[in-house]
Amino acid sequence: MRYPATLTVNGVPYPVEIEPSASLLQVVRDVIGLTGSKEGCDDSECGACMMLLDGKPVNSCSYLALQAAGREITTVEGLSDGDELHPLQQAFLEEGGVQCGFCTPGMLISASALLRSSPSPSDEEVRIALGGNLCRCTGYDGIVRAVQRAAKEMAGSRSN
Amino acid sequence: MDRRYFQPTTVEETVGILAEHPGADVVAGGTDLVVGARSGKRPLGETLVAIHDVYELRGIAERPDGGLHLRALVSHDELEAHPVVRGRWSALADASALVGSPATRASGTLGGNLANGSPAMETGSPLLVFDATVELVSRQGRRDLPISELLQGPGTTARRPDELVIGVVLPPLPAGSVGSAYVRLEYRRAMEIAVVGAAALLALDDGGRISDGRLALTAVAPVCLRVPAAEAILAGADPTGEAIAEAAAAAAGAAKPIDDVRGSAAYRLAMVPVIARRALELALRRARGETLPVPAARALESGDH
Repeated sequence: MRYPATLTVNGVPYPVEIEPSASLLQVVRDVIGLTGSKEGCDDSECGACMMLLDGKPVNSCSYLALQAAGREITTVEGLSDGDELHPLQQAFLEEGGVQCGFCTPGMLISASALLRSSPSPSDEEVRIALGGNLCRCTGYDGIVRAVQRAAKEMAGSRSN
Repeated sequence: MDRRYFQPTTVEETVGILAEHPGADVVAGGTDLVVGARSGKRPLGETLVAIHDVYELRGIAERPDGGLHLRALVSHDELEAHPVVRGRWSALADASALVGSPATRASGTLGGNLANGSPAMETGSPLLVFDATVELVSRQGRRDLPISELLQGPGTTARRPDELVIGVVLPPLPAGSVGSAYVRLEYRRAMEIAVVGAAALLALDDGGRISDGRLALTAVAPVCLRVPAAEAILAGADPTGEAIAEAAAAAAGAAKPIDDVRGSAAYRLAMVPVIARRALELALRRARGETLPVPAARALESGDH
């Protein structure tokens, strides 16, 4: 049977009816219609589906949607401020951290979780934070540089 | 399938549901259960009992006797970050820090790791060397099992279907200067499970001799297991390179590895003394007061990444 629930995604509450086995990714993409998060492997290996749940990264392809009810869900659509890109998004563009783009939403979400808890990470910490996100084309060096660039810009804007 | 979903908020409510719905799947972070269903390993059960809102199953508490109480919903990232776990039960912090990715560690719980019962489970060997006891509750009552009795075989535990893992008790550490470490052989650092793993605990007396030496192995037998033959060599010995090498070599005698996609049985067997020696050496450094990174294996690496 379907169960009524309210999923709050990027601050917006969405009343939905959900099968118990439905994944958070399925409901956010197919029912709510936010398609920024991607389905890659569908079993938690690749990280393309990464969302934040109460501020922490979660593989939404393998997380039951009903378990996310009443909690704060953040997807890549929630990073920008209207048309103004998040510093991470801007830095990915400038450092060449994007090629095909399929892994990018998950990379951005994992990186945003890192910068919340560790605003000036070492390269090592960036690589550990992105350890559950696979990129199969552009490579990781530009992505690590982009996260470091965003960290510096965010630190700069905080001190201004 | 008309699947049912329950989201209890107390242990009493949870075990009531388990009693009335035999075979129900308990789900916390879903990092084994739901991932296993997605990858085709085993479909989700007809009844799902989501326990993430059972707040009495959260938290890490120091016990008056000097031990530690870990409730079932403690996540790997909590274990990795907790100062008392890192400082005193370091092998467990090492193990939790190696689980999956940041997302796996944020969702995956200690109770889930135990109930899943994988021979490659990261927390198994650390809990074995700490002589942990697992707390189970059903509507019939409570029973406590040593971790060695909980783990029965690959994916098999002594937990009955109507029982809920509610926590783990770590008794006080042995007397003396104690250090512990968990290391594993792995092909990549993230989203990996142990090819071979080992946890070691060493307690040193005032003269620097080993008063208590413990060793457990991961992913080389149907369950994680202690190695009495190695521990007999360590007991009372001076912690020399020779003694550690001899104990590590003896560990191979306890291993009954299988061939699988991660490695052949022969390769695993050859690597047991290597990984056991690393765990013992890192435990010794901690027992001598050195502060090592978590996970400890990072102390053995060179270069930026």
